[in-house]
Amino acid sequence: MSGTNVASRMRGLAVLAGVAALLPLVLVNNYYYEVAILVGLNAIVCVGLNLLIGYAGQISLGHAGFFGLGAYGSAVLTARYGWPPLAAMAAATFAVAALAFVIGRPILRLRGHYLAMATLGLGIIISIVVATEDRITGGPDGMAVPPLSAFGLTLAGERSWYWVIAAVLVLSVWLALNLIESPRGRALRALHGSEIAAEVAGIDSAREKLRVFVVSAIYAAIAGSLMAHYAGFITPAKVTFFHSIELVTMVVFGGMASTFGAVVGAAVLTTLPQALTVLKEYEMAVFGAVMMLTMVFMPRGLVPTLSSALNGRRR
Amino acid sequence: MSAQFLQFLLAGLTIGAIYALVALGFSIIYNASHVINFAQGEFVMIGGMATVSFVGLGWPLPLAIGAAVAGAALVGLALEKFAVEPARGASVVSLIIITIGASILLRGLASILWGKNIHAVPAFSGDVPISLGSATLVPQSLWVMGVTLVIVLLLSWFFGRTLLGKALLATSHNRLAAQLAGINVRQVLLVSFGLSAALGAVAGILVAPITFTSWDVGVMLGLKGFAAAILGGLGSGPGAVLGGLLLGVIEAMGAGYLSSAYKDVIAFVVILAVLFFLPSGLSGRRSTERV
Repeated sequence: MSGTNVASRMRGLAVLAGVAALLPLVLVNNYYYEVAILVGLNAIVCVGLNLLIGYAGQISLGHAGFFGLGAYGSAVLTARYGWPPLAAMAAATFAVAALAFVIGRPILRLRGHYLAMATLGLGIIISIVVATEDRITGGPDGMAVPPLSAFGLTLAGERSWYWVIAAVLVLSVWLALNLIESPRGRALRALHGSEIAAEVAGIDSAREKLRVFVVSAIYAAIAGSLMAHYAGFITPAKVTFFHSIELVTMVVFGGMASTFGAVVGAAVLTTLPQALTVLKEYEMAVFGAVMMLTMVFMPRGLVPTLSSALNGRRR
Repeated sequence: MSAQFLQFLLAGLTIGAIYALVALGFSIIYNASHVINFAQGEFVMIGGMATVSFVGLGWPLPLAIGAAVAGAALVGLALEKFAVEPARGASVVSLIIITIGASILLRGLASILWGKNIHAVPAFSGDVPISLGSATLVPQSLWVMGVTLVIVLLLSWFFGRTLLGKALLATSHNRLAAQLAGINVRQVLLVSFGLSAALGAVAGILVAPITFTSWDVGVMLGLKGFAAAILGGLGSGPGAVLGGLLLGVIEAMGAGYLSSAYKDVIAFVVILAVLFFLPSGLSGRRSTERV
């Protein structure tokens, strides 16, 4: 049983790496690269968020806050205080992890919609602070961020960035897959099923939930930090409640409790608005309709629904 | 009581009454279906914007208001019929995403139909401020608080005295048992969406003369309504009203005495603090998980 799991896990990872390696063949210009990088960054956040939502069954409507703190942490430390980018990235990520650890303890005692409200509130608090403290963050106008450089090399150009993001994404997926198949991951799935039953079986559910909350915040912070350096500019738009909702939607759309589903969800929902721009003023309505209809007809999400349909046919 | 305090209190109660109406909409749908309807804010927007349109056609204000509320209720019924009902059995998170999709769809349609400008609804009875001791009040505030009070009384009569209201309550307690007792649960679900949509629309129309209205007002008002419903304890009618009024007053006091840029931060910090100590809101019951 676990042997086949390992095999299918590695097959999935190989497919992901293969797609990432072959994708540049169809990326004909910088704009396509830009979209691909955006997909990768969102996918990294979603893989982490899926650990929390899909496996542990805890919702968060505030992850754009962690993403934004990662981005602004990097931006402020490099631009205002002259830190080297990698050190800034590490410090920002550590700060976000610490925040998630401190705030996660009381928040994760809440259940269901109350947890949704608390994380939403946290996200909104972060976004308002970022937009208001304009002397540090540049306010609604945003601020410039120095490029990513280390050891005398500066990362520049869409193509180089593509490979870095692709590598980070594959690494994130690999780490997530390992976590899911570890005793920790099984504990998470157990408490998703029933917290009381999991505790009876000897799982410290508060600790497990807190741990996965911190892990998912770290994923978001790293992606945010990379995004700030890649774009060279950051505005509060990426810290808003909408972005949190977008991220959750990607996870659910792709398929909860499916790491590759999270990647597919990020890919579809990041490229869809780009494709829909031809519809001009109808863009928003069509996007909403697509989202709604997909969830009505595939409530389990894209990847689980399609893969069980495929398996059914094969048998 | 200082004049300033009274002024802030009145402003807070006015906006709080609006939050209370939106929160009641959240609670009614939650009770009937356990769905958090994130499209609730769009009903608020539809109410205000449709009224603007009908008034623009030259209709008298009361007729325009009635038509707008009816229109919003129809949209609510359609949402239940075509999006929530076919997805029966989907997980809670999937249902949340469906209603978020619906809210984006409705907002997109509104921006096509009505454009992206800001509109005003005429105040129901003039703009001459009333002085109340040392504070002043616009007449529309009295409309907001008065209509909210009437609606709360009507709702408590509806849930306590009518067969349909009792059927709604029974369904919220135990759907299967309600069905076995002969209650048409599908009809109850439809009614709950229609009723919530109408409540949202009324809130949108009442507040439009004070804060103006546009295609995207539903986002923030919906969010605040959800926050109020949670603060009071999800699914509780008195809780929703209490949560709404409290949220409005906290915001107004925070904006007045501390910082207007941080008024929403203050409100959310208070909500978080309340949830830390009362994990099911102010009037929430402690529930235990069934294994």
